[in-house]
Amino acid sequence: MKTIYGFAMAASALALSTGSAFAGCGIDKGSVRILSNDFPALQEVVAAASKCAGDGVTVTKNLTTEHEQLMVPALSANPSEYTSVFVATSSIQPLVANSLIRPLDDYVATYGKGIADKQKISIGGKVMAIAFDANAQHLFYRADILEEAGVEPPKTYEEMLAAAEAIRGKGLMQYPIAGTYKAGWNLAEEFVNMYIGFGGAFFEPGSAKPAIDNEKGVAALEMMKKLSAYMNPDFLTFDSNSVQAEFEAGNAALSNFWGSRYGAVIDDQGSTEKITSEIKIGPAPTVGGGSIPATTLWWDGFTVARNISDEDAAATFQALTHGASAEMANAHTNDAVWLIDGYEPGVEAEVVLKTLSMGGKTYPAGPYMGLMHTALGNEIVSFMQGKENAEKALADTEAAYTAAAKEQGYL
Amino acid sequence: MTAKTRRRPPVLAVLSTAFIVLWLVLAAFPFLWTLWGSFKVQGDFFSRQDWVNALTGVHTIAETGGPFTGRGYYGAWVTKEFWRAAINTGIVTVSVVLISLTFGTLGGYALSRSPHRYAFWILIAALIFRAMPHITLVSGYLLPFFQLNVWGYLTTAIVVLVAINQPFTLWMLHSFFKSIPKDLDESAMVDGCSRFQAFRMVIIPVMWPGVVTTGLFSFLLAYNDFAVTATLLTQDNQTMVPKIASFLGTTQVQGNVMYAVSAVVSATVPLFLLVLFFQRQIVSGLTAGAVKG
Amino acid sequence: MPHRTFIWFILPSALAMLIFIALPIVSILVQSLFVENERVLVTVENCGPFGCQKEVRVDAQATAALQREHPLGRFNGLGTYGNRSHLAFSEIAAIWNARPTLAGFLSEVMTLPFYRALAFTLAYTAVVTPLVIALGFFIALAVDALPRMVKGPVIFMSLLPMMITPLIGSLVLFWMIDSNGIIGASIQALANDPSLSLKASATLAWITLFVYGIWHSAPFAFVVFYAGLQTVPQDTMESAMIDGASRWERVRYVVLPHLSPLVVFVALIQLMDNFRVFEPIVGFSAQANATSLSFNIYNDLRSTGTPLFGSAAATSVLTLAGVALLLTPVLVRTWRDFKRSR
Repeated sequence: MKTIYGFAMAASALALSTGSAFAGCGIDKGSVRILSNDFPALQEVVAAASKCAGDGVTVTKNLTTEHEQLMVPALSANPSEYTSVFVATSSIQPLVANSLIRPLDDYVATYGKGIADKQKISIGGKVMAIAFDANAQHLFYRADILEEAGVEPPKTYEEMLAAAEAIRGKGLMQYPIAGTYKAGWNLAEEFVNMYIGFGGAFFEPGSAKPAIDNEKGVAALEMMKKLSAYMNPDFLTFDSNSVQAEFEAGNAALSNFWGSRYGAVIDDQGSTEKITSEIKIGPAPTVGGGSIPATTLWWDGFTVARNISDEDAAATFQALTHGASAEMANAHTNDAVWLIDGYEPGVEAEVVLKTLSMGGKTYPAGPYMGLMHTALGNEIVSFMQGKENAEKALADTEAAYTAAAKEQGYL
Repeated sequence: MTAKTRRRPPVLAVLSTAFIVLWLVLAAFPFLWTLWGSFKVQGDFFSRQDWVNALTGVHTIAETGGPFTGRGYYGAWVTKEFWRAAINTGIVTVSVVLISLTFGTLGGYALSRSPHRYAFWILIAALIFRAMPHITLVSGYLLPFFQLNVWGYLTTAIVVLVAINQPFTLWMLHSFFKSIPKDLDESAMVDGCSRFQAFRMVIIPVMWPGVVTTGLFSFLLAYNDFAVTATLLTQDNQTMVPKIASFLGTTQVQGNVMYAVSAVVSATVPLFLLVLFFQRQIVSGLTAGAVKG
Repeated sequence: MPHRTFIWFILPSALAMLIFIALPIVSILVQSLFVENERVLVTVENCGPFGCQKEVRVDAQATAALQREHPLGRFNGLGTYGNRSHLAFSEIAAIWNARPTLAGFLSEVMTLPFYRALAFTLAYTAVVTPLVIALGFFIALAVDALPRMVKGPVIFMSLLPMMITPLIGSLVLFWMIDSNGIIGASIQALANDPSLSLKASATLAWITLFVYGIWHSAPFAFVVFYAGLQTVPQDTMESAMIDGASRWERVRYVVLPHLSPLVVFVALIQLMDNFRVFEPIVGFSAQANATSLSFNIYNDLRSTGTPLFGSAAATSVLTLAGVALLLTPVLVRTWRDFKRSR
């Protein structure tokens, strides 16, 4: 069913774009060379942009998990290997810091009539990237299990703990909560969510000095610890693939999980109708009496390299604008929450918008946030294992961050 | 060893056979499990509910209508054009093996026959070189390769793999050459051969067991490499392992994971042929009576 | 062998190693002595899909100007080696002064990233290396005694653990040892403990990694020894038999001495490879319980957009030093052999 549907969609998208390719792309000549991460939303944008190839225009691509280590050296060479790198909230930082991408204001004015204002990522007043999708972690829950346990879908983390206790108490599930708590990037991301829910700040204002060793940090860690008591004992190995599998297997009832995964969780592969029809999605819970959802908003977008000819830059911008079109978005509603105007949002997109309207915060990407994220991912593990207390974990994180920030010249 | 020295008391024969059977079960079971699972869907093979699903194929029947499916193989080879990666791997591995062995045989032979102190220190340096974590080396290559505009080509990956593999090849062949008695080539030289002639006429005919074994490891290194090929090749030039990694992607898409599993199973077929060849070479090296103690 | 002939024989190999390994090592050594130039920070207004806010960013022009002046960065001497991410001298001194008991001191030191990684790396090397050699040797003896017909398939099956790319091998094994997977569930049933998890407890995670390491590397030792067995001198074996040597004595006094250069070789390679253990940690998502030196390097280079090249370089140099230290006994032996044979 799914494949036939997908095939029909792809075929109709192909028919649409071949009809309008030349009108839509309108590129005379140039070389478009794309470096990108490798997941469905980006694959669709790149595939749509690739259709601009032909008659003097070449499009080559490299979608790889290794993109982040390739991008800085690849764009440092002149002329650079790639004319565009797809970036996310955090991965744009090194490109900006080393001025490897060019401002896009002129291109937006000339070729970007369809680009909505919310898509423009501006840094210091200049548009440096065009975002096309958004993502955030949201509450996923099993409506049937919550009903059986006699609880409402939780609006706060405190309610989530109570709901988990009720589910376990009734013997419905041994480990009702699932979370992307894998040691490293995922665990750090969970801390960032929770800490922001408590209203914490990561650095002293205007400087790179760390500021997480405080009572909000402790409260965030303690909450994560309490949640982990309701998780599978292997929770420190759980990434988003595992959490998706847990939901599909019917082993989990509650999770703060990536909105972009919703389509894949409820599709007809890997699970049964009985389970997937009961998996619902809601805004991320708040925590500690705060009003901001304990989650962070992310975007993906494209940039244009600096060390390339103006002709290639113009071709790249046009091809990618064509790639990130409403047509493409509506043909692949399941793959992402698109930011593109003219896209008809599905249920997960509405939830992202709701989170935003509740005051949801964007991931606090800054030049040195990556170092903080890494330090968190390594140092709070022993706390989650119960080997040390929260204060020690936070102090260790600050020490690890400081060593790295000194080496990078931020402190 | 000849039949006479091989004859064993029955107790030992039973023990030895039991040991080898146990080892084979341990060695092959995960692969057989994968082979079996490659004909199932992801929901069964990677079941979080119960591993028995992988045997009964509950989801496979629900999603495809039969207990076995060739979807993974079709997806990998036809939809995702895995054959391109297979051709690239063929080019890379054959080149790496040939070049590594040529360089390594010459160097390893010289090292095994040189009485000078520097030969020892070259061996030590090679060892230290080998201790360098590959990931550090590869990260260092990126910027110069991009600047010289050599990044992304199969040739570059081949040269890097040969170089990275050279310390191992040198050491291994050096050890094998040392087990070939010196008198063999030295007597040839007394008879008037040059060093290179002696190497060609006397050493090459007897070196095959060592060379083939070393070649097998060079082959496996190039065949299974991820660190070098994933970062130094463009998407069009990808070899099998990075291609398999790209089936998994950054976030796994249902179904694509089975492409990866099927591709891995397919990738072992050439290895099977290779090992059969390897086995024959080793034994023929023996039966020719070339190596004498 | 005259110098000139030697040079021609070794040249291609030496050149490849010089360009692609020796040069990078020199640059890594230099890099480890420097830290990045100071970054000039400015506060600017940034906007995106989720609104605008004042954020700090790097002043690219000013930083690039500094970079032109000092292309290598700021000289830091051995500072990077001594910082918290590496040898952590000042942290260790502080812990020593604060903790009266040795056990408390050690457990505190184990929270420092370098020592945590070193502990697992050394344990892994010490456990896996000898077991790989022993297992490989016995498999080689047993396979050698098999009838010729079955040798080919048996060798193929024995090589499987090494042949399947670790990328997928560990993915499949990771699921097999899950508490719902075939191995994990069977172990739970055997131990009669439904909460047993190979991934959650540190001890079991270490044992899992050790077992994987032995399983994965035993075929290597096996193949080398098997090839070596093919060249065991027959006349010596036969004369040993005539002298009435038992089977074990023949293995002990004829086969083992004959294989000894290969044993040294396998030991060298295994010590080195095990000291660089990395793939199973990523494959089994075991970084919560076990990290290694190579894993720390990976973490420095890959986990942030801006890699910590200096830090990774310092850990790499420390890894080299560690390997050199480990190999010393084997090298001394090689040196003696070398002097004897020339």
